[in-house]
Amino acid sequence: MIAYLGRRVIQSVLILLGVSLITFALLYLLPADPVRQIAGRSATPETVENIRRQLGLDQPFFIQYWHYLISLLSGDLGRSYIQRSEVTELIISRLPASLLLMVGAILCELAIGLTMGLVAAVRRGTATDQTLMVASFVGVSTPQFVVGLLLLYVFAVQLGWFPIGGYGTWRHLVLPSLTMGILGAGWYARMMRSSMIDVLRQDYMRTARAKGLARGAIIFRHALPNAILPVIAMIGIDIGIFMGGIVVVESVFGWPGIGQLAWQAIQRVDIPIIMGVTLVSAFAIVLGNLLADTVAPFIDPRIKLR
Amino acid sequence: MSKGATSKRTGAPAPAVSVTAGPVLEISDLTVSVRGEDGERPVVSDLSFSLARGETLCIAGESGSGKSMTALAIMQLLPQPAARIESGTIRLRDIDRGDIDLAVLDERQMRRIRGDRIAMIFQEPMTSLNPVLSIGRQLVESIEAHTSLSRAEARRRAVEALKAVRIPEAESRLKQFPHELSGGMRQRVMIAMALALKPDVLIADEPTTALDVTVQGEVLELLRDLQREHGTSIILITHDMGVVAEMADCVVIMRHGRMVEQGTAADIFARPQADYTRELLAAVPRIGTGVGRQKSAEQKSVEAEMPGSVAVVNDLHVHFDLRGGFFGQVNRRVHAVEGISFSIAPRETLALVGESGCGKSTTAKALAGLVPYHGDIVIGGRNLAGLGRDQRKAVRRDVQMIFQDPYASLDPRMRVGDLVAEPLLIHGIASKEERGQLVAALFERVGLSADQMELYPHEFSGGQRQRICIARALALRPKLIIADESVSALDVSVQARVLDLLKELQREFGIAYLFISHDMAVVENISDRVAVMYLGQIVEMGTRDQVFSNPRHLYTKRLIEAVPVPDPAKRRPRFARLDQEIPSPTRKIGEDPPKLALKDLGNGHLVAVS
Repeated sequence: MIAYLGRRVIQSVLILLGVSLITFALLYLLPADPVRQIAGRSATPETVENIRRQLGLDQPFFIQYWHYLISLLSGDLGRSYIQRSEVTELIISRLPASLLLMVGAILCELAIGLTMGLVAAVRRGTATDQTLMVASFVGVSTPQFVVGLLLLYVFAVQLGWFPIGGYGTWRHLVLPSLTMGILGAGWYARMMRSSMIDVLRQDYMRTARAKGLARGAIIFRHALPNAILPVIAMIGIDIGIFMGGIVVVESVFGWPGIGQLAWQAIQRVDIPIIMGVTLVSAFAIVLGNLLADTVAPFIDPRIKLR
Repeated sequence: MSKGATSKRTGAPAPAVSVTAGPVLEISDLTVSVRGEDGERPVVSDLSFSLARGETLCIAGESGSGKSMTALAIMQLLPQPAARIESGTIRLRDIDRGDIDLAVLDERQMRRIRGDRIAMIFQEPMTSLNPVLSIGRQLVESIEAHTSLSRAEARRRAVEALKAVRIPEAESRLKQFPHELSGGMRQRVMIAMALALKPDVLIADEPTTALDVTVQGEVLELLRDLQREHGTSIILITHDMGVVAEMADCVVIMRHGRMVEQGTAADIFARPQADYTRELLAAVPRIGTGVGRQKSAEQKSVEAEMPGSVAVVNDLHVHFDLRGGFFGQVNRRVHAVEGISFSIAPRETLALVGESGCGKSTTAKALAGLVPYHGDIVIGGRNLAGLGRDQRKAVRRDVQMIFQDPYASLDPRMRVGDLVAEPLLIHGIASKEERGQLVAALFERVGLSADQMELYPHEFSGGQRQRICIARALALRPKLIIADESVSALDVSVQARVLDLLKELQREFGIAYLFISHDMAVVENISDRVAVMYLGQIVEMGTRDQVFSNPRHLYTKRLIEAVPVPDPAKRRPRFARLDQEIPSPTRKIGEDPPKLALKDLGNGHLVAVS
């Protein structure tokens, strides 16, 4: 277990290093010039060159990357070009909001998706099953900004149950979480359904029935833990998809998280912030996968972490 | 779980012997039908039988005879929604409430019967226990489902049940998970679970089919002993007439959903009335009755002057490395095959026998080039080790395989004609038209007709599919065919015909067989020479007569003794037993297993000396 975790941590560091290199290279190759953004349109060529030298952007690629890595090791993600503050601070101030949104979204999609999948599997072939699967398909295929605007229109504008945007109370959290969760819920519903149908066919389910167990015990004690394993592995991967969705959803709802930060930074070619947010996202994905893999053996004793 | 009415039991032991007369379970005119594409059709028709207290009733028949459906109908566990009980009654004797007709009970009422009054164990011990719940949890929950015992009392009962099925260290087993136990152990846990509440009836659906023979004996003996102690009535469903003879008081023979014959075990075996029963009994391979083939030494010598052996295996090792530790280095190794040597002459059948995990299939795979190995494999006089890729491929053309599962070994998306032609295509032999003619000829040869070439595998029965596999193996005119449990999945009557076909082909084409099987009776029927494997090594090898008439190694003796004899008169009170479970072939690096030395007892009868 310890050895396994040790190995995974080393792997994770390597992954993050790779992500940083690729992102850095992509931003370096970007045709947009950050210095022009900082200096403004009316700046003279000398001013532009000065800023470029100040930021160290005149150095060769690998020197730049090397400097970035060195300061990264001491937890320094650099300074924002535009906002004139430390990227680390910016991200830390924004991260709680995004994490909250992520937790809310995961809870939404698990609650909706797993229930739908479970019910559909148990009632397989019935009208309930078909209705749920059509619903999940709609959830999967509708773009998030459409879902977000629709929810806003119905629940905030028309019904007035939830605020239109902003951050603060649990009421603010509901609509953005739902918007993010509905996409995932569709995936989870489909996955849970097929996984559950698979499990319901197993010999040990027949044994459980032959023992005279109640339906609830059969489904929740015998089937669910077996069926949920692939879903757990999925949650780890899902965090990556979240990071994409968070940019859209935070913009729609005016949610002050790192998604918004990233959005603004991309518009202004604020490279240190883009790098910082990318690395934090990558870290979240790596951590999520690691957690999912670590939880698995507690559900299925056959899985050994080696 | 619902309490009240179900909690009629409270820890107090049930009276050991009941004095009720008459049957515990009485089935009359039971018809079960399954809805398929072409409408509803009966899978069990007008079945009637009764089960007396403390009696063992065997339902025997081949696949598709409706025997499992009968069992599931009694438990109301028929596959939903396709199958249903169409008519008939299933009466369970109930002293308190009068007889109950199980056929009309709703799910809720039926749940109280299941596990409590009628328990069931299944064929597949490997998959019948829930992998994510501990043994204890699974035992305790079935006790709790039907009693009002406290958790601690239920646990105590669970330990008792495990002790009753002779599981050592019962207490500590409760914490274990199914994957930590062997197949035999798991089946015992299933039995413990079924018998924990002392049901009136135990339905055992092929309970030993998936187990090795020595383990099978132990499980059968256990069932007999428990029945004697508790007075349980048993319905034993099996295709194995040996098991029937060993266990049954009464026998019901089924075919195509109908009862063919019913009677006491002694009568059925000694004086079978129906033709089908006679055929079924005749098809059963028996050890030591000399139905094996005639020694056709003269016949052979006509063309058997070919020099040398078809295949020579010398000091073959197959290891699988297991990784572990921080850097994932190799720290343990499965010694699947550990230095075995044998040779196969043209027109000869060498049988490799042994129990699961002994390395017999791995040996076959090495020979067919499917796993990496150490040692020498010489085919047709050419050592594979010294050859390049293309040459190896050419040599391997002479070695073909037929696998166990005729359902899984044919690609369902290909026409069977193309499947048989595929080896020719791969090795670039013959033009398209010639291939068509060759394949047609092969189809005719294995007893199929050429116009079936256009069909897909699912349109054939198991026996026919195995014939297709044989045709495919024959396509390249191999010198050696490896048959890995090739008839194990087939019904006895089909099995007998496939074995006959294999023998005919051997006579006709002079093929040698490496015949791998766990079934000693089949091996005796087909083999010229036999090699017995145990833990990756050969413990005894000799001609069929040497090994079967004069087994010298303890393990060989046990293997032969453990086979149930299809004759109720020869029923054994005790089965041969291994002192312990077969140890694991996995060892730490550097700890190589001791190598057995083989001693020649004369005329090539080799026996391991330890």
